[in-house]
Amino acid sequence: MNMWRKMILAASITTILVISGTMVYYRYFLKRGLIISTTTSLYDTGLLEVLEKEFEATHQVDVRIISAGTGIAIQHAERGDADLVLVHSPSMEKTFLAEGVGVCRKIVAYNFFVIVGPESDPAKINGTTPVTALKRIVDYGRNQTNRIWISRGDGSGTHIKEKSLWSKAGYNDTELSREAWYASAGSGMGATLVMAEQFSAYTLSDTGTYLAYYKAGTISLKLLMSQEKDLLNVYSAIAVVPNLSANKTVHEEINFRDAIDFIKYLVSDEGQSTIEYYGKAQYGESLFHGAVKLLAQNSTSEIAQWIRDYAFFNGTECPPEYRYNQTDLYG
Amino acid sequence: MNEIFEGLLKAFQLIFSGDPTVFEITLRSLYISGLATVISALWGIPIAVFLGLKDFQGRFFLKSLFKALIGIPTVALGLFFYLILSKSGPLGFLHILYYPTAIIIGEAVLITPIVVSFSANALEAVSPEIIDLAKTLGASEDQAFFAVFKEALNGILLATVASFNRAFAELGVAQMIGGNIFGFTNVLTTTIANETAKGNISLSIALSIILLTIVFGINLIVDILSKRRLEIWKWRAPHLGW
Repeated sequence: MNMWRKMILAASITTILVISGTMVYYRYFLKRGLIISTTTSLYDTGLLEVLEKEFEATHQVDVRIISAGTGIAIQHAERGDADLVLVHSPSMEKTFLAEGVGVCRKIVAYNFFVIVGPESDPAKINGTTPVTALKRIVDYGRNQTNRIWISRGDGSGTHIKEKSLWSKAGYNDTELSREAWYASAGSGMGATLVMAEQFSAYTLSDTGTYLAYYKAGTISLKLLMSQEKDLLNVYSAIAVVPNLSANKTVHEEINFRDAIDFIKYLVSDEGQSTIEYYGKAQYGESLFHGAVKLLAQNSTSEIAQWIRDYAFFNGTECPPEYRYNQTDLYG
Repeated sequence: MNEIFEGLLKAFQLIFSGDPTVFEITLRSLYISGLATVISALWGIPIAVFLGLKDFQGRFFLKSLFKALIGIPTVALGLFFYLILSKSGPLGFLHILYYPTAIIIGEAVLITPIVVSFSANALEAVSPEIIDLAKTLGASEDQAFFAVFKEALNGILLATVASFNRAFAELGVAQMIGGNIFGFTNVLTTTIANETAKGNISLSIALSIILLTIVFGINLIVDILSKRRLEIWKWRAPHLGW
């Protein structure tokens, strides 16, 4: 059927034209792109949009940010689909450096996770420490019939923090998850908070999402614990090594130069002050704190020591073998 | 309920103030889904012609397959394309991942079964007497084919519009291979999902209302246009229409 062949030909030509046409436009007529892979808890606060705008004002590059759970954020980089990662899980970051994919790690910000729960606080955790609080929640939970703890259950940075806290309190959270009072949400932070609200339960949250939902009136859970060493949440930026050959088929297209520029911006006075002041107007308090000044050589503050204990590898934020000769990043 | 009302208000506010971000996101959704529909129609219709009109071994099986593929789970398709288009995947050299182009391809593949199945049905339903009549009047094979095609055109149009609706409302594929990059690959559906996760419920509702309004509007326009076309044809001599 001659007509039929003409149709197939038209389809093929159009497809090729659309694909090549759009790709030529995106790659040659738009600015160079820097792909940053980050976690939802950082992205959803809106801080990165502000940083992106500021950076793009002074640099000729299009910052493109993808947010996902911490685990897959790092996987994107391992696959060569990102040039920089911004995450908050030291254990995963260590592996990321050690496997030769991540380089030039800089700790850029910190804040605290929070344990939130019903105002009545039936397990009486307010005023105690995270480990004691979890023990009390277990005891209280086992003596009644409702679900009183909601876990992220999704392998995110927050979930990993939660698991480490359970471990510190002497529990195996996988076994706990089988008990009736423990509910695993398998969702993002927002959905988990809403679930906790519905069940009048406790949960571990990041500051940003909690405040956003609380101020919007979506939840009425109260903040019962924060500012504790065990609840420290540290954010680092890690670039992807430019000659990445993971799976041996990754094309050498990692935008290393802009990634390093972005890290330099994050640790600069301007970047640090943007981080420090973000959220103050909206929520009356900073959602994040800059970490650079704190970690400067002669700082003896308690929080600086906490950060060193929690997020340093071999006594430094980035062991020399992973610094890729970027000596000006590490005074 | 309160939030839905707030959302409605916000929707009006966003539309009539001409909010540039919403405008940009809507345009991007339309352009991506529109191109996906064009590609899927260009491929789907010939395949439908083959399935609907030609008799061959395995025809029954192939038709069933396309019908089943209408319900392909979009997250699975998104995952599949993500792995293929990733820089460490077989098509990584194209560098399409996280560009709007990837979403166009992904959505096109997603909706092609819709075009194929409905168009094949429409073509099959054309009475075979039409071909006989055309041949009696001296039509060539191509012209006879055109006759059948015109009879089935309404069904094919319906298939195309249905596939556009599906592409426009698509979330899984757009999220996984587009990345919902603000200002670059964020479309209405991914923005709605993202804003909901961030707690901006009224904005999400507003965007949902905008999305539904556009889908309804486009469908209405297509229906009106095809109705007028049909009426014009009925007015002309009721023969084969060429």
